[in-house]
Amino acid sequence: MSEVTEPETVDARGLRCPLPVVRLAAAARERPDGSLLRVLATDPAARHDVPAWARMRGHVVVGAAEVATGVWAVTVRLGPGAR
Amino acid sequence: MRTHLDNGGDAPLHPAARAAYLRALDDGWADPRRLHAEGRRAAVLLGAARESLAASLGARTEEVHLAASHTAALHAGVLAVRTGRRRRGPVVVLPRIERAAVRHAAELALPGVEPRTELVDVDRAGRVDAEAMAAALALPGVALACLQQANGEVGTCQPLARVAEAARAASVPLLVDAGAALGHVPAPAAWDLLAADPADWGGPRGVGVLAVRSRVRWGRSWPQDPEPWFPGGVSVPAAFAAAASLEAVTADRQAEDERRRALVARVRASVARIPDTEVVGDPQDRLPHVVTFSFLYVDGEALVTELDRAGFGVGSGSACTASTLEPSHVLAAMGVLTHGNVRIALDRTTSEDDVDRFLAELPRAVARVRSMLGAEGL
Repeated sequence: MSEVTEPETVDARGLRCPLPVVRLAAAARERPDGSLLRVLATDPAARHDVPAWARMRGHVVVGAAEVATGVWAVTVRLGPGAR
Repeated sequence: MRTHLDNGGDAPLHPAARAAYLRALDDGWADPRRLHAEGRRAAVLLGAARESLAASLGARTEEVHLAASHTAALHAGVLAVRTGRRRRGPVVVLPRIERAAVRHAAELALPGVEPRTELVDVDRAGRVDAEAMAAALALPGVALACLQQANGEVGTCQPLARVAEAARAASVPLLVDAGAALGHVPAPAAWDLLAADPADWGGPRGVGVLAVRSRVRWGRSWPQDPEPWFPGGVSVPAAFAAAASLEAVTADRQAEDERRRALVARVRASVARIPDTEVVGDPQDRLPHVVTFSFLYVDGEALVTELDRAGFGVGSGSACTASTLEPSHVLAAMGVLTHGNVRIALDRTTSEDDVDRFLAELPRAVARVRSMLGAEGL
């Protein structure tokens, strides 16, 4: 059961791969299962690598969108795979 | 001591290629179109090369054309069929993981033809959905279908027989890109155009192969020349060496297949023991010599550099290792991790000892890069 409705945001804009995923994983470690986390990234690889990371870790991607030109937002719900 | 494990696309020159090349430099330096004795001698070598390549491909000699590179062969094959069949329609059907050369030739604007591509998805193993490919082939206005025999980045073999059957049923010519496969697996049985890359099997650079069945309707989108497919002709020594090396690698293919598959299996098993690793590509139905994996929280460029410093040359599909910021379109289409990617392709000269030393170094290199990024314990 989670009380979080608005996802917390990890701002990884301007960081090159794999740093957006590293920052997101570090933030995920601090939070309980069921939390929503959103990452903002400008590196094109993050669009592919955040979902791949989520799959490997047992999290679920609940949304992905280009929120501004060249800025991708991917939201994940942390699952039991979170450490 | 250097250990080169990046032999996909550019393998070291096979001894048979070197011997044939040197012989053809002496005997085949002249213009094969001239009528004097020197020209005729070059023409004999070029004819022998085409005849030998045709036999290896299961083609007729007059169906084999020689380009200056694999890229040029793919460009010409796609453009010629699009031009010849422009009244039938503008659409090229291809999987998302075809080589950039195929994709770019399919997307090029031609006089009077607005380019259109139908991109077909692949699964997590990198195999195209054969039924989706068949459905796309049945759409109206399809000029050409393209499919790799196997993907050179991840090694996965493609469902060629099923797609060839669907192409035949739809009366659409099929271009098979055997660039990463020929020399390592048997030549494909069903195709209308077939492209192959001598540099990949240990032949010389500077030559590409395009076989075109005589039934295929095609047209030039380039200037006319006595050599209709590849204006200016090809290097006779390169062509002769390409044919000789293909014969040589075909002769011991079975033994090399078993040896390299065993080494690849050892790599897959060993790499999977490194934490947070994804070994990609189909585990069984694959090329015998290519193996690809990605490490979570690893910078591909840093890892390639670390391994290089330790004496190992490897390839990578990670964005940070390419000239563009975009990661490998193959890994992206498969939905696997694109960062921290390493691709190795084993040559015939790669030994068990080479592989074991690499496998001993790899976990240390991965740990060093993760530690640099502050990614330990994530």
